[in-house]
Amino acid sequence: MISILKALWTVFMHLFRRKVTVLYPEERPHIPPRWRGRIILSRDPDGGERCVACYLCAAACPVDCISLQAAEDEYGRRYPEFFRINFSRCIFCGYCEEACPTYAIQLTTDFEMSEYNRQNLVYEKEDLLISGTGKCPGYNFYKVAGLSIKGKRKGEGENELPPVDVKGLMP
Amino acid sequence: MNQTLKHLLIVFGVLGVMMSIAAGLIWVERRLLGFWQDRYGPNRVGPMGVLQPLADVIKILAKEDWVPPFADKPVFILAPAIIVITVLLSFAVVPFTPGIAIANLNIGVLYFLAMSSLGVYSVALAGWSSGNKYSLIGALRASAQMISYEVFMGLSLMGVVMLAGSFNLHEIVEAQRGLWFIVPQFLGFVVFLIAGVAETHRLPFDLPEAESELVAGFHSEYSGMKFGLFFVGEYLGITLISALITTFFFGGWLGPLLPPVVWFFIKTFLFVGFFILLRAALPRPRYDQLIRIGWKLMLPLALLNIVVTGGIILAAR
Repeated sequence: MISILKALWTVFMHLFRRKVTVLYPEERPHIPPRWRGRIILSRDPDGGERCVACYLCAAACPVDCISLQAAEDEYGRRYPEFFRINFSRCIFCGYCEEACPTYAIQLTTDFEMSEYNRQNLVYEKEDLLISGTGKCPGYNFYKVAGLSIKGKRKGEGENELPPVDVKGLMP
Repeated sequence: MNQTLKHLLIVFGVLGVMMSIAAGLIWVERRLLGFWQDRYGPNRVGPMGVLQPLADVIKILAKEDWVPPFADKPVFILAPAIIVITVLLSFAVVPFTPGIAIANLNIGVLYFLAMSSLGVYSVALAGWSSGNKYSLIGALRASAQMISYEVFMGLSLMGVVMLAGSFNLHEIVEAQRGLWFIVPQFLGFVVFLIAGVAETHRLPFDLPEAESELVAGFHSEYSGMKFGLFFVGEYLGITLISALITTFFFGGWLGPLLPPVVWFFIKTFLFVGFFILLRAALPRPRYDQLIRIGWKLMLPLALLNIVVTGGIILAAR
């Protein structure tokens, strides 16, 4: 009996406690920088697309929400002809970011992606590409990859030596 | 002619006020529960969220009005109406002020008890016609609970009736001019309050519903406005019991300075708030505990109250 009255009193006094609710649109919660939100495609410091259309993200994706088609430009650089992420399927696990060898695909802190039309959740390449380098400033895959493309032969990249002449006699 | 017009005005006024209170209570309850759980509750629709019931009504009216194929259709449709009708009929005898009351019955107390007993048909029929075992269990519990709590609900009021010397709610209020009946009839008040909570099957005595055990009890199969009617009935029931507690034990419209109707509503809403506080604070007892409290504790207390009150009245004569 006493415990019931005590319970009533305790609950009543909660009227004057501070509320734990975060009134979201007016009051923003803290989003940690490593938050896994909306996926973007980043660019080189030079402004070229980082994505080399290796399909590793699509292969890593557990829900198969990424689809793309590889192509090669006149410089010998691979790029995706189209790159499509279906965000109505995406579970924001971040496996695509882990799989990406060129830091092209990245997850951001943006989570406000509501749409009235489900079809609008399918993002095309132009929706995904951003103009900056994202989380990895200064990284340029083709400068360090040792691949030969037009305008840069093997051994001309950063921290690269010219390839060894396998037919030479010198050590 | 003028008299008829006035009566009609009172009837429709009470109906309108009660229906809007029942709707408004949805918002009040959710806000208060929110505050007591360190949240805000609905605060987006309109200023402070007061238009939330309107949004809820629009939503509930837009829902599919579905009757399950295994249900007993006429009874299924009739059941939610019964609870609203019986509770609204009970409001006929509630004296809001000396001037505002639909009927000044000389057997007002008995009329209210009869109407609240009829309310059990709604729950029982709803559970029975749903053709669902959980609904049936809920309905059986509701019947057992309401029948056992009905007994001492009536008995707890007998002390008030003895003191006032009348079954007329008007005269009961007038008899409290000197002293509210809460003081001489404290035991009766406690018993009536508990019986009232059980009668409206509100938490902690919501065993007919018991979400955690019975899906939603007697209204598991209901949707749309039929489900909404059960809720309207429940909130009207809370208002009715609070209004009657005010009338029987807290001097109804009596009070200094403010106009009588304001006093009546202040007192009533204090008890509505208390009902919601009960819901926020207390866990649900087990079924056998509920019945045991009813028959072994509350009934003897109510009888004791009658005997003591009667003895004192006789001795004072």
